Amino acid sequence: MRMNRSQVTTRGQEGVRPGREAITGSGSGSGSGSGSGPEPGRRRRRKRRDEPEFGSYYGLPVLNKPTWEGRDIAGYFFLGGLAGASSVVAAGAQVTGRSGLRRTAKLGAAGSIGLSLVALIHDLGRPARFVNMLRVVKVTSPMNMGSWLLTIYGPAAAVAAASELTGVAPAAGTAATVGAAVVGPAIAAYTAALVCNTAVPAWHDGYRHMPFVFVSSGASAAAGLGLLGAPLRENAPVRRLAAVAGPAELVISQLMEHRMGMVAEPYHEGRAKIYLRVSQVLTLAGVFGAVAAGRRNRLIAALSGGALIAGSAATRLGIFNAGVQSSEDPRYTVVPQRQRLEERRAADEWTGPSGGNGAAAPGASGTNLPSDAG
Amino acid sequence: MTPVPAQRADRRGWGLFDAGAFANGQQAAESSGHREAPPRMGFFTDTSVCIGCKACEVACKEWNHVPEDGLVFTGMSYDNTRGLGSDTWRHVAFIEQRKSLGSQTTGAAARPVGDPGEPVRLRDLPASSGRATPDRLGGGDDERGFRWLMSSDVCKHCTEAACLDVCPTGALFRTEFGTVVVQEDICNGCGYCVPACPYGVIGQRPGDGRMWKCTLCYDRLGVGQEPACAKACPTDSIQFGPLEELHERAAGRVSQLHQAGVGEARLYGHDPNDGVGGNGAFFLLLDEPEVYGLPPDPVVTTRDLPSMYARAALAAVALGAAVMAAFSGGQGRRCA
Repeated sequence: MRMNRSQVTTRGQEGVRPGREAITGSGSGSGSGSGSGPEPGRRRRRKRRDEPEFGSYYGLPVLNKPTWEGRDIAGYFFLGGLAGASSVVAAGAQVTGRSGLRRTAKLGAAGSIGLSLVALIHDLGRPARFVNMLRVVKVTSPMNMGSWLLTIYGPAAAVAAASELTGVAPAAGTAATVGAAVVGPAIAAYTAALVCNTAVPAWHDGYRHMPFVFVSSGASAAAGLGLLGAPLRENAPVRRLAAVAGPAELVISQLMEHRMGMVAEPYHEGRAKIYLRVSQVLTLAGVFGAVAAGRRNRLIAALSGGALIAGSAATRLGIFNAGVQSSEDPRYTVVPQRQRLEERRAADEWTGPSGGNGAAAPGASGTNLPSDAG
Repeated sequence: MTPVPAQRADRRGWGLFDAGAFANGQQAAESSGHREAPPRMGFFTDTSVCIGCKACEVACKEWNHVPEDGLVFTGMSYDNTRGLGSDTWRHVAFIEQRKSLGSQTTGAAARPVGDPGEPVRLRDLPASSGRATPDRLGGGDDERGFRWLMSSDVCKHCTEAACLDVCPTGALFRTEFGTVVVQEDICNGCGYCVPACPYGVIGQRPGDGRMWKCTLCYDRLGVGQEPACAKACPTDSIQFGPLEELHERAAGRVSQLHQAGVGEARLYGHDPNDGVGGNGAFFLLLDEPEVYGLPPDPVVTTRDLPSMYARAALAAVALGAAVMAAFSGGQGRRCA
């Protein structure tokens, strides 16, 4: 076995020290490198059927797990959706002269956006520094954009609710109602971009559908709030909204999971599975109750509304937990990326590296082509 | 409220439909608004000469006052550090494999065939003068080979850094050296950078609440010193310098190893056309990246953000339309 050509003696080191030039791994044998297929790491989970082989570092995750608390951040998503959609409902109720629904929606919107802000600040590692969010305007950060949206929407929702409650300054109240209704949908939708703009596979890979899941979940919750708080003679619009938003949420969620492929597995495991199942049951029950008897029976209307609100919260908790679970298992990071890499390599071998891809680092071109990898 | 120049210019040319604005990974600092920036500095970690001494981990901790990160015993290898995080900015991975390193043979290959789980007894091994070769043993090197892969992992200081992109406060910024650093007096611990990083580098420090990661020893670079880990590395496995120079050196090193029969040597993170626009800290690996706990083909999530915003806007419009329809629908019927 050839080692370094240096000898350590009582007089110190003799001979040449190869340092960074050391030819590690060269030996007496022929010059062929060994095959270098990925060594399967130690698995922590049971092997699934059709599980592709993948390499990992002792089964440890590639990603760092989100530090967010589910109660705070999923709660923040849920409350933002409830508030944003409720503001639109409030404007609709105001225009159509439904005073009970209007009051419920305005107070609900202001209350839930306030709570959502509390949840967001509570989750910060340094809550006192919350205002640093407004230090910059940064399009690449949905959280920054959302903070600016909140500074517009929050006061608008608060003024609308205060005017509704006190009867003071009705003109300002109306203006605030309109403002909140315009910004509200953005409040309900932007959190989807926030959660998808991460490396977490079960969040990022759902980015095509997530905004639609989030707004339909928000609309479902707002419809629930209306059913809960408005008198029977006023609840027709929210019954219709529930009938559309609830099923839409469930159907789009299914489409999202279907599109994600194997990365959707965490949605069917652990806490995510429980929350999502609870969400499905509550949402369907709420929709059914609202459509079947929400018009005649005040109690059933209220119960259906409560079920829709709870179902929406469970949806966010389910999605949140699915993401966390997907970050804890290296396979959801490694397998899709490996697949993508192999497909690209196969395409490159077929056509040869194209001009764009071939422009590698200076002097480094051709050093890591698959043909060199043994 | 005034945008800090470094942040505002960070994505020059970043329109809603024009993400990934960096044409050349070398110009990370210029693209962030630094005028007359020094050359982009980085690390080339050549794992083929890493001996797993962990001097880099220690030097990093000492220099940067990084607190203790849990005195755990993993039982999986010589690695009790597990991975990068708020309190681990250099992490030495140990991988034990039953395959040979290049065409090297080990003493362990010379033991008589027996139960693989049976401990090796020294007296069964041939004298060191008797060179053990696969030919003499008549066995394939797959069964008899054994190698340790050791690699010192670190923040990649991506050209398109997701942590920097998503940071809502501008605490994360691009330095004049093209590196990515957290400003500890600004970070409010929102945690967005943690799930954004495709490499699992940055973390939240318990009891402190803020986010921490490798700074590529920003303070040392400022006075012309090399980072503590590179300074401490006894085998020059961690090489520090202008990125362009390191790329050339790495290319030479790969061909040197290939000529010596180490066909599995390959670079990782050097390509400015990869999913993160190339890394400021890149590696020479002897196996697939995932074996070292690295993602095989990471893509910065911000590349999809224009599409996410477009879809969120569409969804918001749909929400408004659905509620309006719910109020206007059924006007012909008797339901109000």
